[in-house]
Formats: sequence, structure tokens, C-alpha cells
Amino acid sequence: MTIEELDQIAESVRQENAKYDYEVNVCMDLACASQGAGLLRDELVKAAEASGKKVLVRRTGCMGPCSSGPLVRVEPEETLYRRVNSTHAEAIVAGLGEKPVAELQCDLSDHFDGQVRVVLENAGHIDPEKIDDYISRGGYKALLTALTEMTPNGVIHRITESGLRGRGGGGYPTGLKWGTVAKAGGDMKYVVCNGDEGDPGAFMDRSVMEGDPHRVIEGMALAAYAVGASKGFIYVRAEYPVAVSRLTTGLRDARRRGLLGNNICNTPFSFDIEIRLGAGAFVCGEETALLASIEGKRGTPKPRPPYPAVSGLWGKPTLINNVETYANIAPIIRNGGKWFHDMGSERSKGTKVFALTGKITHTGLVEVPMGIKLREIIEVIGGGVPDGHTFKAVQTGGPSGGCIPAELLDLGVSYDGLMKVGSIMGSGGMIVMDDTSCMVNVARFFVEFCMTESCGKCIPCRAGTAQMYTLLTRICDGVGTMEDLDMLIGLCTTIKETSLCGLGMTAPNPVLSTIQYFKNEYIEHIVNKRCPAGVCKCSVEAPVEVQA
Amino acid sequence: MPPFTPPPLPSDDKRWKIVNGTMRKNGFARHALIETLHTVQSSFGYLDDDAIRFVARTLRVPLSQAYGVVTFYHYFSLKPPGKHTLTVCAGTACYIKGADKLIASAEKRLGIPQGTTTNDGKISLMTARCVGACSRAPVVLCDGEVAGEMSGEQMLEQLERWAVE
Repeated sequence: MTIEELDQIAESVRQENAKYDYEVNVCMDLACASQGAGLLRDELVKAAEASGKKVLVRRTGCMGPCSSGPLVRVEPEETLYRRVNSTHAEAIVAGLGEKPVAELQCDLSDHFDGQVRVVLENAGHIDPEKIDDYISRGGYKALLTALTEMTPNGVIHRITESGLRGRGGGGYPTGLKWGTVAKAGGDMKYVVCNGDEGDPGAFMDRSVMEGDPHRVIEGMALAAYAVGASKGFIYVRAEYPVAVSRLTTGLRDARRRGLLGNNICNTPFSFDIEIRLGAGAFVCGEETALLASIEGKRGTPKPRPPYPAVSGLWGKPTLINNVETYANIAPIIRNGGKWFHDMGSERSKGTKVFALTGKITHTGLVEVPMGIKLREIIEVIGGGVPDGHTFKAVQTGGPSGGCIPAELLDLGVSYDGLMKVGSIMGSGGMIVMDDTSCMVNVARFFVEFCMTESCGKCIPCRAGTAQMYTLLTRICDGVGTMEDLDMLIGLCTTIKETSLCGLGMTAPNPVLSTIQYFKNEYIEHIVNKRCPAGVCKCSVEAPVEVQA
Repeated sequence: MPPFTPPPLPSDDKRWKIVNGTMRKNGFARHALIETLHTVQSSFGYLDDDAIRFVARTLRVPLSQAYGVVTFYHYFSLKPPGKHTLTVCAGTACYIKGADKLIASAEKRLGIPQGTTTNDGKISLMTARCVGACSRAPVVLCDGEVAGEMSGEQMLEQLERWAVE
């Protein structure tokens, strides 16, 4: 495979597409697929054949605003239809080139206008199982350019220049990490992609792996070239069967095209990737635990140093990055480090994908430039809190993050900014809560999660999270005391300072941040034995039971 | 060292060949343990003692280590699943939208705690940490099929349909 051959493939895809007058893109991501997008696509194909119009019906990855799904986008008109079902197929095809179907048409410009799409640039435009679709949008060009025109150091330099920081949550400078692995000695090195998206409430990585798998593969190949690795692993949660199948297809097609394997693009560079399935352990998102799991062992973390960059998989230097980090690599190589550096805030560059969920009008996937105000994400892009309720808090960073209250909504999204207010960027879950959510109860939910997910290796995490859970349950049940609250705060500090890995160190964050911003709710539970949101057991206003 | 000869398959059941295939593909390497256990579970539905013993012996992994791995990961089950499985997603977005009430109501209807199967072997009630369909919370999986924006009534209707089968 050469760059000329890539251009030829892209050209033939363009010629093929030019045979059609219209393109009907059907979102087939999990949310839309679970509402009958598959049947809808079949009906659209039938209707298109019957109509005699030249229509290309294409399945695509996530288009973003999942709450309006199933979504269909018609090109060249750029008409977006929402809540489409299979009975609408004929009307949509009949409307091509004529009047669009008014009752399905939607205007989500407020939702889209504030977004900048880098990682999601192809989502909703390509068929994820067709490598040629990816190539036609400039795919793999960055890899071949790097292999033929750039040195490994040049690649690392460009990534460093871009200011990209790890998208898994920690925010470690990617260029620096690559440099460390590149400098490490040894003939065998590994590149690992962390697709163990364990943060409940986040699905960005699933969408990227399912909607644009080649972007991840290309990013990993570029990383391997830069650090001198010849073998890669993608560690994916077993709960994501579609992602596994798309990546498997993607790897097969990339091998067939000579983009993976021996002597890629007739250069000395050889690289191949294997998929490894996770088996349901949140702690495996921690890098040393993930490596243990790839080796077929229990996913328990190890003390660092040595860092995986020096001694990782089977003791060899190993580069680990998150799915979204790899997804940013090809565009940076293509457009230059400065292009990426120009986006975002002072110390957080580029864009970030968030999974916007909870009590918000437009749930789904959004990609925004770093530095954007939380208020803009929630009120404009997300469309605000629905059903006349009032906004109470937004939770970022999952079980390792914190709850940010309304008065801090003018905060710009950045690694350091979120850290300063007691939360973290995390992998990108953003869960909006309204006045019907009890913050003590939410804190207890996260602590229960960390308690069950603790691997049990170190005592602060294993025993500490269980004690935190007991104290929070007492408060929720209306039998807690002010001493319990003090003990809880003390315990949080101990766990934070003495745990072995990130799971334990960050497990107190949801508790500390809710105590910091919603202390009155804790006091209300303790002193007046009352849950202001009417969620907890102690509440006089008992929660509404689901009718049996 | 003499060349390694894998032990014979436990029975004529064709599914063992699939399991053996996964191990062979990985050169019977020890690090294929989790991959192989996945194959066992997808072929047989769960992991019983015979299966764990067979895999451990074939991959030359101590039985304690194999059992340790099986019990460490939530995805692996030591008990056979019911004819149907209702999985309620207990991720954050689902929780905020009332997944806890769905779980409680399913437990009440089936008379079993989550993570178990009814005595007649018909229905298993499970919870998932997050299936990644957060935008349609609360989510349940009916025999693996994602169903979003689930109400208590809809869920109980589904259980009713399974119960009378």
C-alpha cells in the first residue's frame, strides 16, 4: 500500500458515491439500534429500490443526539430526521429531492453549533465496517505519511507540540509518555489501547470503537511507529460485543490492505494488533491492573514505579493510552501540532467528547472544545433540564469524580479547572442531576460501586470503602450523627492518601465534593431525619414505588 | 523438554472443540486463560468445575489461579443461567433515572434477589455495571436485547410473558 494507492481507493469511493443522487444515513449506534434502526434501514433500502431514485442507504455510527433517535440524515440536503421508525421509510424516500417530511424534520442547530468535531468527525458519515469509507475521508494517510516522510522522533515531536493530554482521565501529556517508551531499551515493546470503559454513565469510547474503529487502529499504528513497538493489544469490555466485532472486522480489513502486518507500506515497520476481552472489573481501567488482565491474571494493580513505560506487559516497555487519545492522533499528524494546539484552553488542548446523560433534554454524545463553560454544555448544547425541574449538580469523572453545583457552572472545562473544584475530567461521563436527586444518596451509590469493585489488594480501599458505605447508609437511613459525618471526612482523607491505585485514591471524591457543596443535605438527613429530595428511607415523603 | 501434548477433551460434546480451538489459536499459552474462559462461558452459558479443571490443565495454570481468575471477574458465572435473563443496568445514568426501583420491583415479582435464578430455572435476574446505552436510561436487557427508557410496568409485562411460556 502506498499513498497513491490510498488516493486511488478514495477516488473510487467518490466515483461510486457519485452514482447516487442522495445519501440516506441511518444511525445504527446502540441507542438508535435498540429502537428499531435495523428494520428502518431495511425498509429504506426497499423503498429506495421501489422508487427508482438513485439512493445510497448507509448505516453509520453515533450521530450524537441519542434522545432524538432513531436518527436519519439525508444528503446533500443535510436534512436531519428524528424519532424515525420503519413506517416512515416510504415518506422519507418520496421526499428526496422534493419537500422533506415536515413532521420528522428537526432543527438541532443549538445542539450542534457549539460543538467542534475532531474525534467524531467521521461519526454519522461512514459505514464503520467499510475500510474504504474511512480511507475516502483521509484515513490512513497520516500513517503512510509518517512512515515514509517522518522519523519516529518527528512523530513524537508533533504530538508533544500539539499539547495532547491523556483522555482516559489522568491528563498525562501524551508526547511525554511516548518519549519515555521510545527511550526505553529492549527489542520488544508493546502498545496497548485501554478500551475498558468502566466508568458507569460513559460511552464515548464504545461509540468511537463502534462508529470509527479504523481511527483507533491508525492511532495505535502511529504510536507503535513512534515508540518502536511491533505488537499491540486493544483491551475491550466484554459488555461491548458490537465494538469487539467492529474492531475484529477492522483489523482483518487493515491486514488485507497491508496497513497492518509485516513491512507496512514497504518500510521496515511491522505491527499487528490483537483484541483482548475484559471480563467486568472496573479496576482493570487502571493501567497496571489492565496489563495483568491481558496476561490472563486477576486484575490487581501493582505499585508504580516501575511505570509500564519502563516495565509493562511481560516486563517489556509498554505504552498505554485510552481509545479517545488514539482517536486524536491521526488528525494531529495530518493537520499538524499547531492546529491542535490552537484549540482549547491554556493547559488543556483540543476537544473532549462527553457522554451527556441524566436529567437533560438532549442526551447523547457531544464533542466540545476544551475551555467551554459547563453552562454552555448543559443549557445550550444539552438543552437544559427538562420537565420544569431545576438543575442541581453535574457529575463528571464517574466514581472517581465529583459533583459540581449550579454556582460553578461558569467554570471552563479543563483538566486543572475541574480538579480545582474537587472533580476530575475523567473519561468523559457527564451526568446531570436535578432537584429529584439526593446528593447523599448519589455519594452512597458511587461508594457502593467502588466498594464492590475494589480488588481487595490494599486495605485502605478494601476496608475503607466498606466503612464509608456503612456511614453513608446510616446517614441516608436517618440514624447518622454529626460524629459520623466527621468520621466520614477523616476516613476520606486517609483513603485518599494511603490507597495503592487510582481506584482507592479517588473513591472519596464523590463524597468529599458532595459534602463540600451540599453539606446542608447531609445535615438535613442527620438533624431533621429528612431527605430533601424525598429519595432516602428516612424521608417523610416516601419515594414513589413502582407499581407491582 | 518433550513437546507439550494437551489432555484429551472431557467428552464428545462438540463445544469442547470450540474451547480447545481458542487455546490452540493462542498456542496453549498461559495468558490465554481469560480468553478461553470467555469461550467456555459463551459456549456453555457458565463455568462449571469440570470446565475450569480442563482449561487449567490444558493451559498448565494452577487450579487455584484459574479459580481465582474466574471469581475475580464479574462477567464469569459459576451457575447455569435461567431460560431467560433480565439484566437491569445499574450504571450512574440509569440509577439517576430509577434503576434501583426497577431492580426492587423485579426482585419482588420474582421473589429472588438479584444475581440469582428462579427455582424453576425460568428467569435469571442480573444487574450490569453499565452497558453503555446511558442516553436511553434506564436500560434493561431482555435476553441480551437492549430496551431503553424502561418503565416498571413494561418490565413486569416482559417478566409476565416469560413466566407463562
